[in-house]
Amino acid sequence: MSEENGMSRRVMLVKLGILLNAIVGAVLAVPIVRFLFSPVTREKKFGYESWLSLGGLEQFPAGQTRLATYRNPVVNSWDGETADIACWVRNVDNQTFQVFAINCAHLGCPVRWFPQSSLFMCPCHGGAYYQDGSRASGPPERGLFQYNHKIEDGRIFIKAGEMPTPGRAANTKPRGTRCA
Amino acid sequence: MRLVQKIGEWFDLRLQLGASIRETARHPVPRETASWFYVFGSAALTCFMLQIVTGILLALIYVPSAGEAWNSLQTLNHGISLGWFIRALHGWGSNFMVAIVLIHMVQVFLFGAYKFPRELTWVVGVLLLLVTLGMAFTGQIMRFDQDAYWGLGIGASIVSRVPVIGPWAVNLMLGGPIIAGATLSRFFALHVFVIPGLLIVFVCVHLLMVLKLGINEWPMPGRIVRRATYMQEYRELTHKQGIPFVPSAVWKDIVFSGFVLLAIAACAVYFGPFGPGGQPDPTIIQTAPRPDFFFLWLYALLSFLPPSAETPILLIGPAIGIIVLLALPFFAGEGEKSWRRRPIAVLTILLIAVALGTMTHLGQHTPWSPVMDAWSSEPIPSQYVHGRTALERQGALVFQAKQCHNCHSLDDRGGERGPALDSVALRLTEDQLIRQVIQGGGNMPAYGKNLSPAETTALVGFLKTLRPATQVPARDASRAVALGETATDR
Repeated sequence: MSEENGMSRRVMLVKLGILLNAIVGAVLAVPIVRFLFSPVTREKKFGYESWLSLGGLEQFPAGQTRLATYRNPVVNSWDGETADIACWVRNVDNQTFQVFAINCAHLGCPVRWFPQSSLFMCPCHGGAYYQDGSRASGPPERGLFQYNHKIEDGRIFIKAGEMPTPGRAANTKPRGTRCA
Repeated sequence: MRLVQKIGEWFDLRLQLGASIRETARHPVPRETASWFYVFGSAALTCFMLQIVTGILLALIYVPSAGEAWNSLQTLNHGISLGWFIRALHGWGSNFMVAIVLIHMVQVFLFGAYKFPRELTWVVGVLLLLVTLGMAFTGQIMRFDQDAYWGLGIGASIVSRVPVIGPWAVNLMLGGPIIAGATLSRFFALHVFVIPGLLIVFVCVHLLMVLKLGINEWPMPGRIVRRATYMQEYRELTHKQGIPFVPSAVWKDIVFSGFVLLAIAACAVYFGPFGPGGQPDPTIIQTAPRPDFFFLWLYALLSFLPPSAETPILLIGPAIGIIVLLALPFFAGEGEKSWRRRPIAVLTILLIAVALGTMTHLGQHTPWSPVMDAWSSEPIPSQYVHGRTALERQGALVFQAKQCHNCHSLDDRGGERGPALDSVALRLTEDQLIRQVIQGGGNMPAYGKNLSPAETTALVGFLKTLRPATQVPARDASRAVALGETATDR
């Protein structure tokens, strides 16, 4: 075998070796990518949301808006208190309820309810909302996020489990009821 | 001494590094670069090394778990001997590092160091700025308190606005549906493994290029950079009149780095560690989240952008900024280096500095946010109720009870979201006051549904008294004519 032939065989072996590594790399990439994207793919498979009880209706008197908390349905033991989520429950007339996310529709800061002036105010950038959740002033582009809710056996349930954000409001009505 | 020398030789025979280290240390640099203006790059590297050491020390105790992180920070602050000091060093070290990286960047820009053949050094420098800011942001999340929690919320809200993939990007960023254990874990991985790894790689490439291409010479007005001749000119500058880097230039780097470390330690001792603030419990809503110092300008910007322009500016603005920075050496790779002959460069720096400074200042006292407790903690100044009628005083009560004070200041106390009302009666007539209160507008909520007619009457009665005694109130001339009154009647 000539010198040149020997070289070209070794070059080919190097190339084969690289090819083998490339194939193994591609095969390994599949589980790695699936692992990395599991927070996204899980949503499609099981969904993050479920119906949760906020407690008996007696905690939410008619005409008032009260803070309620729930434990997030998808939870790990090391989540600690971060899995406790707050929301605002408005009992309009014992028939009609509204459940607002705590997160401002601007950038997610916790809005506070001021019963005296019937406004929600955000401490971050000064967003304000009327009692029905519609936008009153400030930088938010829309009203407060609302959870779907139902009343069963004297308890109020909401469909929750995912942090509402401006770009993702699938579980939330796009707007509160009309402006006050 | 002989023994030390022998040991040194034993190692060098095996490592074969001595010659190249000596060569690197003694490589000639242009005489004028042994300057106090050239010390910021090495100082940034010194800060980074301090961050690595203190970061490892903190990792001995810190628990990157959403349920335990806050408690482990408390233990660091209070339970472990000098744990507070290590935290303070790490926190102040990060502030100094960002500041020095920015100063370094400004110096490099004004001295034209990004021009041929150092374009790639600048590009890697921009990447270093980005990863440094990435360290600052993820580090703020390691301090897992209320600010970190809601800061993540702000981050998620911004990410969610990316068209099409926004909702998935949020899940990916948070590691799940909400800010929780998985979120802290992945930001810990970023802060401790991924970004420092990138930082080390970029620093190595950056330094290698500085050594191989040589430090940028002191810019002289009129000495023009041309691709054809620059390498030759630089070689002459270094080899004919250059000085060895060690010790002629390096002593200033060493002295300055020492002062920086001393300053960090002094700040750490005097001011102590940063937080942690309140527990990261999202059901505690009595909180006003603030980002760390270097992101305050962004926080301010977010409150001033008009709602309709916010999403495009938030998503496209940073991309444009980064592209401009990366592209700079490619459209300004030749020409004048001296800042004395580059007025637009100087003006750009001044403009950016003034803008960032103003935004940061505003971010510190947040005039756009209602003062949430002003209605119950800031009384109406006595001169505004003294000698008023019962109706007007009742109006002052309405003013407090309906939280007007949260957004409107009286005598410089209260919110600044809306205009100060000390002289509102000079600007608005009674009818205009009623309309403004009931219908709102100009960024004020409408109070029509929340005020009874009696309350509105009382409130407007009070507002009408808010003017300097020596000046006449606003009046509606047409109304006066229509009612057959003279101006002095009102």
